Amino acid sequence: MSSKVKLIALSSAVSVLALSASADDPVSLTIVSWGGAYTASQQRAYHEPFMEANPHVTIINDDGSANALAGLRAQSQAGNVTWDLVDMLPSDAQLACDEGIILEIDHDAMLAPAPDGTPASQDFLPGSLGECFIPQIVYSTVLSFRPDAFPEDAQPTSIADLFDTENFPGRRALQDRPGTNLEWALYADGVDPDDIYDVLSTAEGVDRAFAKLDTIKDDIIFWTEGAQAPQLLADGEVVFATGYNGRMFDAIQVEGMAADIIWDGQIVEWDGWVVPADGPNVDLVMEYLYFATDTQRLADQAKFISYGPARASSAELVGEHADLGIDMNEHMPTAPENYFAPIVLDNDFWVDFGDELRERFANWMLQ
Amino acid sequence: MADATMQYSPDTDSRGRLLTSDGTPLRRALERANRRRKLTALALVAPLLFFILTFFAFPIAQMMWRSVDNPQVVNALPRTLEVLRDWDGRDLPPEEAYAALHADMVADLQLDRRERNIGPLGIRLNYELSAARSAISRTTRNVEDFEAPYSEAFMNAHRLWGDVELWRIIKREGRPLTLSYYVAALDREYDEDGNIVKRPDNRQIYVNLFGRTLALSLAITAMTFLLGFPIAYYLSILPMRYANLLMIAVLLPFWTSLLVRTSAWIVLLQQQGVINNALVGIGLINDDGRFSLIYNQTGTIIAMTHILLPFMVLPLYSVMRTIPPSYMRAAKSLGATPSTAFRRVYFPQTLPGIGAGGVLVFIISIGYYITPALVGGQSGRMISNEIARHIQQSLNWGLAAALGSMLLVGVLVLYWLYNRLVGADSLKFG
Repeated sequence: MSSKVKLIALSSAVSVLALSASADDPVSLTIVSWGGAYTASQQRAYHEPFMEANPHVTIINDDGSANALAGLRAQSQAGNVTWDLVDMLPSDAQLACDEGIILEIDHDAMLAPAPDGTPASQDFLPGSLGECFIPQIVYSTVLSFRPDAFPEDAQPTSIADLFDTENFPGRRALQDRPGTNLEWALYADGVDPDDIYDVLSTAEGVDRAFAKLDTIKDDIIFWTEGAQAPQLLADGEVVFATGYNGRMFDAIQVEGMAADIIWDGQIVEWDGWVVPADGPNVDLVMEYLYFATDTQRLADQAKFISYGPARASSAELVGEHADLGIDMNEHMPTAPENYFAPIVLDNDFWVDFGDELRERFANWMLQ
Repeated sequence: MADATMQYSPDTDSRGRLLTSDGTPLRRALERANRRRKLTALALVAPLLFFILTFFAFPIAQMMWRSVDNPQVVNALPRTLEVLRDWDGRDLPPEEAYAALHADMVADLQLDRRERNIGPLGIRLNYELSAARSAISRTTRNVEDFEAPYSEAFMNAHRLWGDVELWRIIKREGRPLTLSYYVAALDREYDEDGNIVKRPDNRQIYVNLFGRTLALSLAITAMTFLLGFPIAYYLSILPMRYANLLMIAVLLPFWTSLLVRTSAWIVLLQQQGVINNALVGIGLINDDGRFSLIYNQTGTIIAMTHILLPFMVLPLYSVMRTIPPSYMRAAKSLGATPSTAFRRVYFPQTLPGIGAGGVLVFIISIGYYITPALVGGQSGRMISNEIARHIQQSLNWGLAAALGSMLLVGVLVLYWLYNRLVGADSLKFG
């Protein structure tokens, strides 16, 4: 036996001993999220402080959230769950919850109360908590445009302008799915934001939305991945692009892209955590969740990306961007000056009608 | 003469069969040796065979199984299905059906959450009828408090329980195997009488998409042939050392990451991209007349032709290398014009390479996925993009499996046709 092999054998024997002896042996948590600027914000606001407080924990980031539902189901069916915690959208979380592949959450027992003692179920924004879902942020899908594409005295200001190719000519980048596009088509057609899903639940409403989309169809480029939208705008391929407000913030403020955000008709949605059932370190994950979703941590995340914290008590703690030093409050989707005509995404509606409308939308794209 | 007839040669037995030196019939000994050789050969290929069975044949079989597997309704609603057996599907089912449904749901709620069948049931029914999922989940929340008459309680919980359509679907999908994924994959649906009819025009996608995938793949195969043939020819007549250098040029893009190459095409082809800027710069087109070269079918064809070109050039080159130049010289010396000599002597000899390259490019492109997703826009998407969406996002794995199985069968049929028309043994891959 060479000395190296001996050393390895010895150290593994020691670590086996340690494993049975101590509660603080090294352990790694695999946390699945969206990657890019978003994962970076979680790394600095949640992961690093948690690892500092728990030196035996290493957190590994996995950028798999775009296909998290498929991954969760595949891991569950294979009986080999390797993800500890997953960042996903509430509609996907509802499906996973229905399938029983993620854990139910008892919010008041598992999550920290607000500093003034308000229980978690009261502190999180109304309607944001799910059976199996713990929200972190409010994000929104917004419309952005290139100011240099239009005369200075005639800049676009509303969703209606997206559908006005006469006064605002040029190509538009929209996401290649019905969600957000149909809502905006109806909104631009004069439907009140609060009535949009009622109208969209009827066959006439759907026809009306597609008829409105028909008017700009020749000018649309569809994007699939979140990073494509700011890229198309920066390249001058399009004059309007829809995209996630955090990515647009990053492109404009950090990368210096010349674009403006239109907050009119912003489509607001939650994003948050789910815990895979049968995950390898469920107890430790619960410890992490208690820490990472408390009032201060949620407010901290807003130092790194322009997404609004999901707790009411975090709002007043939002301060300046950690690197740029600009006040983040005015860049939050929930800031009063931005939140004047929001459309709150109805997840139940999309879980119910998503399949059918997606088929119709795909058919419409093919025509 | 008795003696003469008794005279066997030592190498044959009484029936005249040849024997080996140790007395076993030669034929049996040969068979034994043969069997031993076969077993050795089998042992040698066993690891690969095992690998292919485990990681190729088994997943494909599993995929095809998934496209007809339909356990959700059967698992969740056994009592209800029992009652519905005698129901004619015309009007709403009788009160007993609602009572059985209540019993099924309450029984399911007693199970551990992970064992419950109600969640998958809602997801499954929603594939057939929009909002069926929320009908199930909303009812589940209060079902334990329901009291007779149950039909009323259910209809109050969600309007769909008063819809005959939902009950028809429950009855129809209450079988362990289903064809409904294939029905959907062919843009069909069931009507009220259970007949398979076409979907409304504005919900048809897949048949069109299969057609487009076929057309785009053929176009890409034709383009790689038109571009690859001259290159391969030129390579084959060059001296070896130059040919090798040029071959590296052909292969270089092959070794570059697919995503990098695709992104490079985006930079080149977009409206504010290199090509359009150059054309505007030299005054060929004006600023408003920039070409749309990407985010449409043109983009898919250009990028995929480039990516798949080596698959055409390599088999062509390897075949062309083996064609002696003397054949062309002979044809010309016998009076053929260069074009006749090419057409009647050279070209027919390259057919095995064309066949191999064509089959390779066509089959790869028919299942191509990432490039069309990035540069295809809406008109340059292919069926694989829909399959990926159902696997990753809508999670309708049954429909994805049905589409995938149809693609697989389609490719096999096309290969069979090719084999009948041209002959697979004429393929020469290199």
